[in-house]
Parts: sequence; C-alpha cells; structure tokens
Amino acid sequence: MTLFIEQCMNGLQFGLLLFMLAAGLTLVFGIMDLVNLAHGSLYMIGAYFAATFAAWTGSFVLGALLALVATLLVGMAVEVIAMRRLYGRDHLDHVLATFGLILFFDELVRLIWGAGGMSLPLPSWLNSPVRILPGVDYSAYKLSIIVVSLAVAAFLYVLVMRTRIGMLIRAGASNREMIGALGVNIKLLFTLVFGLGAALAGLAGLMQAPILTVQIGMGENILILAFVITVIGGIGSIRGAFIAAILVGLIDTLGRAYFTDLLRLFFAKETAATAAPALSSMLIYLLMATVLVIRPEGLFPASSK
Amino acid sequence: MTRALDLRTVVGIALLVALILLPIYVEATGSRFLLTLFTRIVILAIAAVSLNLILGYGGMMSFGHAAYLGIGGYAVGILSFEGVSSGFVQWPVALVVSALFALVIGALSLRTRGVYFIMITLAFAQMTYYIVAGLARYGGDDGLTLQKRSQFVAPVNLSNKIQFYYICLALLCASLYLVWRIVNSRFGLAVQGARSNDTRMRAIGFPTYRYKLICFVIAGTLCGLAGALIANHTDFVSPAMMYWTRSGDLIIMVVLGGMGSLFGPLFGTVALLVLEEALSGITEYWQIILGPLLLLIVLFARGGIDGLLGKVRHG
Repeated sequence: MTLFIEQCMNGLQFGLLLFMLAAGLTLVFGIMDLVNLAHGSLYMIGAYFAATFAAWTGSFVLGALLALVATLLVGMAVEVIAMRRLYGRDHLDHVLATFGLILFFDELVRLIWGAGGMSLPLPSWLNSPVRILPGVDYSAYKLSIIVVSLAVAAFLYVLVMRTRIGMLIRAGASNREMIGALGVNIKLLFTLVFGLGAALAGLAGLMQAPILTVQIGMGENILILAFVITVIGGIGSIRGAFIAAILVGLIDTLGRAYFTDLLRLFFAKETAATAAPALSSMLIYLLMATVLVIRPEGLFPASSK
Repeated sequence: MTRALDLRTVVGIALLVALILLPIYVEATGSRFLLTLFTRIVILAIAAVSLNLILGYGGMMSFGHAAYLGIGGYAVGILSFEGVSSGFVQWPVALVVSALFALVIGALSLRTRGVYFIMITLAFAQMTYYIVAGLARYGGDDGLTLQKRSQFVAPVNLSNKIQFYYICLALLCASLYLVWRIVNSRFGLAVQGARSNDTRMRAIGFPTYRYKLICFVIAGTLCGLAGALIANHTDFVSPAMMYWTRSGDLIIMVVLGGMGSLFGPLFGTVALLVLEEALSGITEYWQIILGPLLLLIVLFARGGIDGLLGKVRHG
C-alpha cells in the first residue's frame, strides 16, 4: 500500500511535469496555430542552463532562476528570428522548420557542452525524504516539483482567465485578425506567449534534470508525450492539457509499475515479464488513439476558430 | 498534368540514367563506399516516393511513415531468424504485414484531419516502435542481425552488391511508374480532388474515405518493400529505423524534393543524403548547418528542388 501511494505520487509528479511542457505547447498552438517540435529543445536547454548556472553560482535555486530567465530569452529570440515567419503557413511547414531547429539545437548543445551530458546535484535540504502520511515517506524534491507545478498551473489559470493579458491571449486564440484590427500589438503578444511557453518548457527541464541526467536528445522523447497530452486534452485547451497530463502521468507510471503483475494473472511468467515493458510504453499511445477515434477533437476542445 | 517532356521530367530521367551508370563509375574507380551510399539512397527514395503518394498527392500528412520501413525490415529479419530465408516468402510477407498495419492505422487515423492526423500517425508509429523494442526474442532495443540475405533462385544473388543495387534501382523505377499510373488514373485524380476539397468530392459522390484509405495502404505497402530492402542492405534491423525522427527524415526528403511531383522525392533523397555526406566531411557538427538550411528551405523555397525546375503545375 505504501508503495502504491508512492507510485501514485510519482505518477502525479510526472504528470504535472508533463503539464508544464504541454501547457506551453498548447498555448502556442492555440494562439499562433503553430506546431512547435522544437519545444523539446527548449526543455533540454533549460536543463543545460540550470546545470551550468548552478555550478557557477554554487546555488541550486539561483541557478534555476537564472536558467529560467535565460530560457525565456532564448525562446523569445527563436520566436523573433524564426517562428514569426511561420505563422499562417501550412502545418507541414511548421513540422519541417521546427524539425530543423531540433537538429540545430541538439548540435549546438553538443558543440558547447560536449556529448557527455551533465548532472545537476541537489542541495541537501531537498535531497531527504519527508513524511507525507503516517508511515509514508516521499522524496522532498519530487514533492517540491509537485508544489511548484501546481503553483504554475494556478498562475497560468489566473494569468489566462483573470488578467488583461490573459484576455488578449484568449481573444487571440479565437480570432487573431480581429484583435489585431482592434489595435492590440499582436507581434509583441505572440513573442511573449512563445517566451512564456519556452520558460515553462525550461522549468520542466531544469526540474527534471536532478532526477535524470542532462543529455542531448532528452527533449525528444518527452516532447512526443507532451504532444500526446495536448491532443488528448484538445489542442489549445490548458484545462484539457492539465487533466490529460495527470491522466498520462498516472497511467504511464502505474502501467510501468504494475503491468507485469497484471499480465501475470493471464499469461505465463516469462511472457508477462517480456511483454509488459513494451505494452506499458504503448498504453498512453493506445489511450490517445482511443480518444481520437471517439472524440477526434480531444477531450476538451478549445473554442472553435 | 501534362505528359509533354518538360524540364523536370528531363532532369528526373537524367538522374535515373546517372543512377543506372553509377556502378560503371564505381567499377572504374573501385569506390565501394559510393555504391553503398547510393544503394541506401535508392532504397530510401522508394520510401520517399511512397510517402509522396499520400503526403504530396493525397494531402495526408503522415508523421509515422518510418513505421512501415521497420515493419518491412522486421518481417525479413524475423523470418530469417526463424530459419525462413527464401525471399519468395520473406518479401510477400513483408508487403502483406505492412499493408495490414497501414490498413488498421489508416482506417483509424483517417477519421481525423489536420494536426490530429499528424499526431495520431505519429502515435501509431511510436506504438509499433515500442512493440518492436519489446521483442526480446528478436534483440529488443539492440536490434537483430541478419545471418544471410533473402535467398532467390540461381542467377539472383542479393549478396552481390552491384546486382543488389540494380534490383533496388529497378524497384525504384517500378515504384515511380506505379505512382505515375496511380496519380493519372481516375482513382488518383479523385484522391487529389479530396486533398483540395474533401466535402465537394463527397458531394459529387466519391467515397473519399475509402479512396484515401486505399491510397494510404498502397503507400504503406510500398514503404514496407523499402524496409525489406534496407534490411537486406544493412544486414541488420533495429527499432531505431522506425523512431519518429526517421519519419521526420522521410518528410524532409519529400518536401526538399518537392511535394506532389513525381520525381521530387528522388531529388530530395539524393540531395539530402549527398548533403549529409558532404557536410559531415566538412565538420563533425554538420547538423548545425543542416538544421537552419531546412528552415531556409521551408521559408524561401516552398516548391523544393522541383519548384526550382519551373512553375508548379497545381496547388
């Protein structure tokens, strides 16, 4: 039972982390109608920045803050230099151009930081378990990821639903031309939104960095998961992304933890042991395919264009 | 679509002739490496031609086309591992299995459109990737080495590199002919009509879903053939050949060459792989040049190489 609670917490933590990636993706897609494969590169860059800055400053928190700002700036630069020219183009053009960006960023990181990968050590106060329930200990760091992610989700909710900028973002999502005609500086708004998405991706990257190694291509696997989430949740919907992310995080984590046991009920031990890892990796794709077949627009379609 | 001899057809045929003459050059210079590179180019061109059929002509943006490369390759690899080395069994099995996968994936994916179609094809390709990576008996993540190439009757010997090259080239020509026949047929025109305006085609009475599905299955089967060839070429199959970035590479080949043009995918494949070779000769970090180059092509050369050869005929 203790293990089960811990696995659920892991799933929740992973889901919330995915939410931060998916939120940026779905914002950019909903508002700029842009498919950004290079989102995973920003996640990777956030992690590399954090590892570098933390080593420089000697402080995890300071390093993380600097990395966040740096990723925001990189994101805005990418928008101004490249993305801006892609709005209104075909989705296939987006896929290709941003695929080119992935190659560029992967190679750039290899050039700057080398192919070896890095690690981001945790400060001792985050590296100890805390007691969350009587008799259940949980990693303080993973717990802090959950707290930060929930705070980010709340911040996004307030930003999008309760502020003037959020109003413009929502207006932009439903009719770009019209809010431009009403005198809103669309270019600036888009740059800001893209930067926000990049910062969220960077935050996800730097928070994941102490758990996994920081390495080239780390963004590519998780990017696909983030896409799956945006599609399940309904492209452009932050609420959908939130629910889908938690769903995917839980299914993926619990699937990996318990699928072998589940299969053992039906099949021979060896069959279960070999088939389970592959099948549990497939679970979320299966979920996505099912959702798309039943509700082709996702679970919570954003307001129609 | 005009059947007159325009510039792009001339260039296309000139390229094919150059490919036919290549082994003579290789024999003269003894450059085995060139033959290996171009065998790979010819095989991937078949995959790109098949993707072009759905992407360029059908407007179906499949982001999971590399899955069929893997399926075709693994059909050959697994049969070979289990002791069935006859090509007369391996290749038909590769085609049929690819066709079945394409049928299931297409039937579900074609219910969606736009970005959702891109994503669901991607998801299915990742699913097949994980299935294959989970086949512990057949090497799992590490892949599977072929003990010997597909066996055919006496004069045909795939281990002869020049013969194998010509077989691949002949199959490429056959694929080009097949696609040319399809896009100029009533069926092909209906699929292209559905790309431009699906609703209208349905209103006229064409069952566009069925037509597009058939087109999707043909493309998947053809790509499965390329997979069977590539397994024989490298004597090795691994899940990496169906990872999503491989699908991205195939899309690059098609778009670089020119979507919806008969010879476009061939131009694109030759250009991309030769460019990769050339750039990797210059610097270890060649992708830092290739990436922005792709961006520039998307931004400023929309018709790809085909577009540089004169006005685009349709669009």
